[in-house]
Amino acid sequence: MKTLVWVEHDNQSLKDATLSAVTAAAKLGEVHLLVAGKGVDGVAQAAAAITGVGKVHVADDAAYEHFLAENVAPLIVSLMGTHDAVLFPATTTGKNIAPRVAAALDVMQISDILSVEGADTFTRPIYAGNAIATVQTSDKKLVITVRGTAFAKAAATGGSGTIEAVSGEGDKGLSTFAGAEIAKSERPELTSAKVIVSGGRALGSSEQFHAQIDPLADKLGAAVGASRAAVDAGYAPNDYQVGQTGKIVAPEVYVAIGISGAIQHLAGMKDSKTIIAINKDEDAPIFQVADIGLVGDLFKIVPELTEKL
Amino acid sequence: MKVLVPVKRVLDYNVKPRVKADGTGVDLANVKMSMNPFDEIAIEEAVRLKEKGAATEVVVVTIGVAKAETDVLLTARAMGADRGILIQTDDEIEPLAVAKLLAKVAEEEQPGLIILGKQAIDDDSNQTGQMLAALLGWPQGTFASKVELGGNGVQVTREVDGGLETVDLKLPAIVTTDLRLNEPRYATLPNIMKAKSKPVAKKTVADYGVDATPRLKTLKVVEPAKRSAGIKVGSVDELVEKLKGLGVAK
Ligand SMILES: Cc1cc2nc3c(=O)[nH]c(=O)nc-3n(C[C@H](O)[C@H](O)[C@H](O)COP(=O)(O)OP(=O)(O)OC[C@H]3O[C@@H](n4cnc5c(N)ncnc54)[C@H](O)[C@@H]3O)c2cc1C
Ligand SMILES: Nc1ncnc2c1ncn2[C@@H]1O[C@H](COP(=O)(O)O)[C@@H](O)[C@H]1O
Repeated sequence: MKTLVWVEHDNQSLKDATLSAVTAAAKLGEVHLLVAGKGVDGVAQAAAAITGVGKVHVADDAAYEHFLAENVAPLIVSLMGTHDAVLFPATTTGKNIAPRVAAALDVMQISDILSVEGADTFTRPIYAGNAIATVQTSDKKLVITVRGTAFAKAAATGGSGTIEAVSGEGDKGLSTFAGAEIAKSERPELTSAKVIVSGGRALGSSEQFHAQIDPLADKLGAAVGASRAAVDAGYAPNDYQVGQTGKIVAPEVYVAIGISGAIQHLAGMKDSKTIIAINKDEDAPIFQVADIGLVGDLFKIVPELTEKL
Repeated sequence: MKVLVPVKRVLDYNVKPRVKADGTGVDLANVKMSMNPFDEIAIEEAVRLKEKGAATEVVVVTIGVAKAETDVLLTARAMGADRGILIQTDDEIEPLAVAKLLAKVAEEEQPGLIILGKQAIDDDSNQTGQMLAALLGWPQGTFASKVELGGNGVQVTREVDGGLETVDLKLPAIVTTDLRLNEPRYATLPNIMKAKSKPVAKKTVADYGVDATPRLKTLKVVEPAKRSAGIKVGSVDELVEKLKGLGVAK
């Protein structure tokens, strides 16, 4: 089987989420990549260096700079004449584009796969990960999104893929990019961090969220996450949200502070290796999944902990 | 401008899903079913557009069992939708087939905007809106946290992995809702009573001539590996020792 993997990038550098999708694709067959964007020579070089990669298709066009689904989907569809499967990392970019490709190919997409069981059979989470379904497709072409935490990352170096320029129909004239507010942070990225410190509603304000969570995260070299309640209340930006409908993370250590542990939150972090919970309510559901719990007032515990580290 | 809002009846988000012992799925017998939370946000947005004078009519459509009429179409009309369409079926309809049916409804109704939820909290597919956009050849503003109509288009602010992104779309367009778009109103009892007189058209899948045969076969459904509860420590000092043991603190 010939697979095509969507390369996640920001026109400058290749994102780690790509590497997990490559691992999933390699279980199906030959791995080709697609780099679509503007001024993406560097990304294409990085893509060709990933272990196990054959061809790297590069579509360098201003119409693809912001990965608008309206423009990118037809490009991918045009490459599906010569590929049997297309895989996307389950990022917001992948989730935006993949179904548009699937519908154009008249294929039922398989979302957020956790494993490859066979050429047509996959497992995927449903009901916020409270159930795992094994599904078998009868479609001739496969359109798949890949949960990053479920697959090891392919080695970013050692490969010798060949780069080939491709072009599509360019701008379809349906949509235009108007702007972005992308947070710049010195901290590790949430989805690839080894340690995450996450804050919940209990933080009470944006000031307290930063005053309590940030110094602890700095001490642990951690990324910062949040519950939906903390994001909705404006204590933390939307891209911090961990959960069923936010980011899926699986760090070595996840520290949940003032988070109750609703199923929608657990859905995003319960595959973390070690979970630590700090909560004043000893019956909080988070303690049912926590490896290490400390019951008490976070406003006393967190400053003391930060100081002692 | 007419706004079309597709809504799905799902297991209520407060209910903990239980996997059936025979591994065929999740137990939905005698449990509370409600409107998908993202679809409530979609209706709220549509009703606000009408209240602002930007939309003339809000039409809500659901594909599902007969009970969807009372479980979700009534709620939607009580929230302010003008009329409903029930495409009744006892079969499980996959997102691709849902999108095909919705495309037919859109051809009939000619809405200027279709607002869907970004994700149904049962299948967690996050596909239908994007598929519908592809089938209709319309632009899509997914994971919206802000929707502003103006002139011949709509500006959508999207929640993306790195933060926020804004796109300008030509109308007609598809929008899918994220959690921060708005806070949906409650369907009050008096409004539920009043909503009963708002019309619902009843249809079948066959009425639309769509082949809804599933493409995916569910071989089995199992519970995920369980995490067992760990230990509780009694002091910050003990926690510091544990963190050292894990190698994340010096
Ligand atoms: C469709 C849908 C999607 C959702 N998606 C997500 C998602 O992706 N991610 C997500 O997180 N949620 C999601 N939710 C929301 C989820 O159901 C919960 O409402 C949310 O996770 C609760 O956040 P929280 O734990 O911060 O707040 P709460 O549930 O209010 O918990 C606060 C906790 O802090 C503790 N506390 C209070 N004061 C202190 C103190 N001084 N010291 C220590 N502890 C204290 C309390 O004991 C409590 O346990 C979703 C909900 C819906 C309906
Ligand atoms: N059976 C259905 N009837 C009406 N709308 C649906 C149905 N299934 C999905 N949708 C819409 O599509 C959105 C995304 O669903 P999904 O792609 O299944 O995650 C939902 O939030 C609804 O707006």
